[in-house]
Amino acid sequence: MGLAAILAGRLGGEDRRIFVPGATTDGHYQIEMACTACHTASFASRDDLQAACEGCHADALDAARDSHPKSKFTDPRNADRTALLDARYCVTCHAEHEPAATHSMGLTVPEDFCVLCHAGISDERPTHDGFEFTTCASAGCHNFHDNTALYEDFLLKHAEAPAVVPGGAIPERNFASIARYVETYPIDAYPLAALTAADADAPASAQLSPASAPPRGAGASAAAGFDAALLEWEASAHAANGVNCTACHAGAGAWSARPGYEACGACHAEEAAGFRQGRHGMRGNAAALGVELPPMPVAEARLPMKAEPRDDAVDCGSCHPAHEFDTAFAAVDACLGCHDDEHSLAYPSSPHAEPGSDARAGRVTCATCHMPRVEKSYEWGAYVHVLVQHNQSDGLRPAEKMIRSVCIECHGLGFSIDALADAELTRRNFDAPPGAHVPSIDLAVERRGSAARTTLNHARQGANE
Amino acid sequence: MKRPHMKRPAIAAAGLCAAAAGASFLASADAGDEPVFSPKQLADMLHLVMESDRTVYTRVIVNRLTLQDKVITASEHFEDDQALALPAQMFRFGSEMVASKSEDFSYSLQSEWAVNRQNMPRTDAEKTGLAYIAENPGERYYTEEELGGVTYFTAVYPDVAVAPACVSCHNEHPDSPRRDFEIGDVMGGVVIRIPLE
Ligand code: HEC
Repeated sequence: MGLAAILAGRLGGEDRRIFVPGATTDGHYQIEMACTACHTASFASRDDLQAACEGCHADALDAARDSHPKSKFTDPRNADRTALLDARYCVTCHAEHEPAATHSMGLTVPEDFCVLCHAGISDERPTHDGFEFTTCASAGCHNFHDNTALYEDFLLKHAEAPAVVPGGAIPERNFASIARYVETYPIDAYPLAALTAADADAPASAQLSPASAPPRGAGASAAAGFDAALLEWEASAHAANGVNCTACHAGAGAWSARPGYEACGACHAEEAAGFRQGRHGMRGNAAALGVELPPMPVAEARLPMKAEPRDDAVDCGSCHPAHEFDTAFAAVDACLGCHDDEHSLAYPSSPHAEPGSDARAGRVTCATCHMPRVEKSYEWGAYVHVLVQHNQSDGLRPAEKMIRSVCIECHGLGFSIDALADAELTRRNFDAPPGAHVPSIDLAVERRGSAARTTLNHARQGANE
Repeated sequence: MKRPHMKRPAIAAAGLCAAAAGASFLASADAGDEPVFSPKQLADMLHLVMESDRTVYTRVIVNRLTLQDKVITASEHFEDDQALALPAQMFRFGSEMVASKSEDFSYSLQSEWAVNRQNMPRTDAEKTGLAYIAENPGERYYTEEELGGVTYFTAVYPDVAVAPACVSCHNEHPDSPRRDFEIGDVMGGVVIRIPLE
């Protein structure tokens, strides 16, 4: 058999791995077998590759009010800068399959790349005189893309915020109160009214099927399993809001013993979409990848994971097991069922875990920070959905992204910036006040001072007098 | 054929008449593809639209709501401050959207006394052009320049302090390098580029 034939035979399957030129980054390794997700055509141009990057990442850049949008680099007046750093293309700074050159944030350019365009910064900002260009983006002061929590006026506005904001709490979820506005929500079939076990609409055949009502424990019967499931459901938010058995189990018509992602997504579309964008669910993002990859088993994660769930694949039910759908379980216990790194293991001894750390929800959980509650406004504010961001990777690229969506609900800006800059403290899950100090707020105050702040306010009034 | 009820500018009229030498210029599929305008005429027309939209936004939206009705402020951080976007930001957002859709032309708002240092003149044509329009009020500056291996027709138009808000905001902005602007002053310029090949 000729080489071509061998290669052709291998192109379809797992053996495609032989074509992966170098280890893929943490962000992409899960989907490296979907070569065509990025390499959309053989002999694809740089622009084709760029279109693939934007296909998955454009929305997040947009949401971050990207400080360096592509348009800055396509502008002919910046042609000399673009010649130095061609930031029209993501791969200029984030080359893939180059493990030796890759550092934090998937960057493959030297850390001091800001110097290429901002060499004269200390003329404009004397406070920056003598700063190393390796520190611009690594010291907690600036990011290339997302500076929504780091811009000068924001620093000044929050300059005096205390370390801990008394009464800090994350917003309350509100799906039940806005479900009626969600176009795809099946409110006619399942009106928002509390149901009891007597209302359950599971067909008799399902009630005795071990598939949909798994027996609990050795020797237990399917019927007992069904009864247990019924009690759990009756106590759940689903029963309290009219979501009957068939809503999930027969959404597609025929009874399904173990409804999956599609069933959840039929009502919880935003959460399901977020899940598909994050590391937990990205393999199933067929719309973006062009193919559906099998879910990744826990053992293939690059972060330290516990041994027991190694063959489990992550889907909605991994963290939200039926029929309790206990959000408290999903917010901590589910995470710690798999995650085995120091930060996760240190959670129980973190002040975040103490009762009362969140004035409303009881305590700060893993999900409080990694799956924050975000407000999504529809129809220009006609209704606002406080939803749980199920893309747990979203706030980590880089960690300062968490400041606005999470930290400043309960902490001052300066405290938050310092805490995130303290890698050791992060590893220990914030068991003490920050040991690091990022001088960004000090520098802003030094440059502008309180008098300057008045000037700005005055300028604003000037525009409005 | 029905003609639009508006006075056609001389430039456009000349062009359209040339194209309309036949019976009906609008009916002919090819007529729209005939080169009619010089890069300079094109830049002038683009600028007319930009300047008009910019003035309308400043007067009808910003001035009316912030100065007259006093119901909202205008702020650089308009999202966080729940305010109106500044006229210069409206201009930049438009230019960024154009850049994402076309390479046929590009434009930006610049100044020798820019609040945002990225808006300072960078290329030789920008430096000469901005100095020229500041020294010769009411005049424009046209030139050709080569950037990144491409030759551009580059036009620089004065951007004038048309409202008190222009002056007060720039004079008092902490990042402004110049604090003595007066109404009617040239505060900067609009630079339009059209690639020639
Ligand atoms: C409320 C404050 C405010 C008002 C009112 C205002 N500007 Fe600006 N202007 C700014 C800011 C801030 C920038 C920088 C925007 C950016 O990030 O590019 C700017 C940018 C500019 C620029 C580009 C050069 C630079 O300074 O960065 C020009 C030219 C300009 N403005 C002229 C005007 C004119 C003319 C008016 C009135 C029609 C006006 N501005 C009204 C604040 C203001």
